[in-house]
Amino acid sequence: MKILELKNVQKIFYTKTQETTAVENLSFEVQNGEFVALLGPSGCGKTTILSLIAGLLEPTKGEISVHQNAIGYMLQRDQLFPFRTIRRNILLGLEIQHKLTPDNVENAYNLLHKYGLWEYVNSYPNALSGGMRQRVALIRTLATNPELLLLDEPFSALDFQTRLSVCDDVYDIIKKEHKTALLVTHDISEALSMADRIIVLTKRPAKVLTIWESNLKDIPTPLGRRESPLFGKDFELLHGYLRGGVV
Amino acid sequence: MKEMLSKEHVHFLNSQKRRKVFVLLAQIGTLVVVLALWELLAQTGVIDAFITSCPSKIWATFVELIGNGTLLHHAWVSTWETVVGFAIGTILGYAIAVVLWWNNFLKDVFEPYIVVLNSLPKIALGPIIIIWAGTGKASIITMAVLISVVITTITILNGFCNTDGEKILLLRSMRASRFQIFTKLVAPSNVPTLMATLKINVGMAWIGSIMGEYLVSKEGLGYLLVYGSQVFRLDLVMTCTIVLCALAGVMYAVVALLEKIVVKRF
Ligand SMILES: Nc1ncnc2c1ncn2[C@@H]1O[C@H](COP(=O)(O)OP(=O)(O)OP(=O)(O)O)[C@@H](O)[C@H]1O
Ligand SMILES: [Mg+2]
Repeated sequence: MKILELKNVQKIFYTKTQETTAVENLSFEVQNGEFVALLGPSGCGKTTILSLIAGLLEPTKGEISVHQNAIGYMLQRDQLFPFRTIRRNILLGLEIQHKLTPDNVENAYNLLHKYGLWEYVNSYPNALSGGMRQRVALIRTLATNPELLLLDEPFSALDFQTRLSVCDDVYDIIKKEHKTALLVTHDISEALSMADRIIVLTKRPAKVLTIWESNLKDIPTPLGRRESPLFGKDFELLHGYLRGGVV
Repeated sequence: MKEMLSKEHVHFLNSQKRRKVFVLLAQIGTLVVVLALWELLAQTGVIDAFITSCPSKIWATFVELIGNGTLLHHAWVSTWETVVGFAIGTILGYAIAVVLWWNNFLKDVFEPYIVVLNSLPKIALGPIIIIWAGTGKASIITMAVLISVVITTITILNGFCNTDGEKILLLRSMRASRFQIFTKLVAPSNVPTLMATLKINVGMAWIGSIMGEYLVSKEGLGYLLVYGSQVFRLDLVMTCTIVLCALAGVMYAVVALLEKIVVKRF
């Protein structure tokens, strides 16, 4: 079942001195339960695409249909509120949407328990490491029970070691909670290690260069995929696409 | 429960504590030396105590004015005017900032006016205020409000507008209304700005109320100061000045304490 569909989407930003076409004639679909990565070079318009899908921006042209109302958007940095405890941070979305029912709160607390963060429930974000903060941000996103998760380079602020383990954790959480995810990244290995399908984007303005069906799908963890012998070859190939810009 | 501290840590803490004590001693020492010198020079006739007054006379005046209740009365009047001006100025300034943050159009329209009002010396409005608000307390409070309200609006609005745009996007992605963006993010993340503004406004409100009393009043420390200088009683002028220092200091300390309690979490 289709959960998201973009048809010939264009986005132009106008400023006083210039107009920037960030997205041009972009079309793709995401099926329910899929993990899709949008892979593109820095500044090609990835964040713009997610903002369009989340409804924060209006497309200049084209159509975006989201077949599930509930979208959870995880931004480039964790954006935890420093003046709220972890408890109140993860309940933020429910609070905003007036859905603070005992069931929903219970569900959010369970996520904290399940992913080893319960002991920090009354701490403030500055007491947590970067990796823990990122997981809290994911739990905050999941607390409103969205069907479709939009992830904007969620690991870019972390150091390499942390990135690998948090990447594993986040993947694990998303799969266990049976969510559909659309991940945006410029990091080939990140895309390869998590996605079932990779949509390779051109330089700005972003449009679809090629769509790559992963042949690592059967390996259950990102770390496992990174260790697969196929990983290196796929990496070379995607690197070629990104660099050359032609298929 | 007390944690075990290493020897070096204890040493570090002790030296910090010693430094604090030294600073305090030096502060008290400075005051004592200045007062002693002042008294000495006045007693030996090097300076003219009629023009400069001196600590012993100030003390005598203080005791006398406290005794007959004059000082308490005037100090109370000024403090009351200042506190009322401070409260109205802060609340009004904050409210205006909220409205201008809420509506970008209004903000663009009124920004230049606010800038002009801010650079205008409010004392220049004295005559207008007297004509409009009369020669009573209303004028004095109006002056205190005018002096604190503009700077409050500017500082708070600036804080509001500098709220992290990414966090606003996060809230918008959760479908937050503008009201929710304000209450959940903009207001709480600007509590430190508000506290800093309160500190500035203590000074502003005192300037306003004393200036107002210079202009119109029949009571208050500002009135007493003007009266003292007109009858050339420097003892009275100095006493009032010192009492004013003390009152402003106490009010500032109260606000600073409030800040310490509130800001911890922001
Ligand atoms: N609000 C805006 N107004 C004007 N131009 C914008 C705006 N937002 C983005 N752009 C421009 O659109 C282009 C794409 O930006 P976008 O942030 O979507 O890229 P990105 O792929 O997410 O970049 P990065 O890899 O740095 O995260 C950039 O050239 C940017 O300058
Ligand atoms: Mg981006």
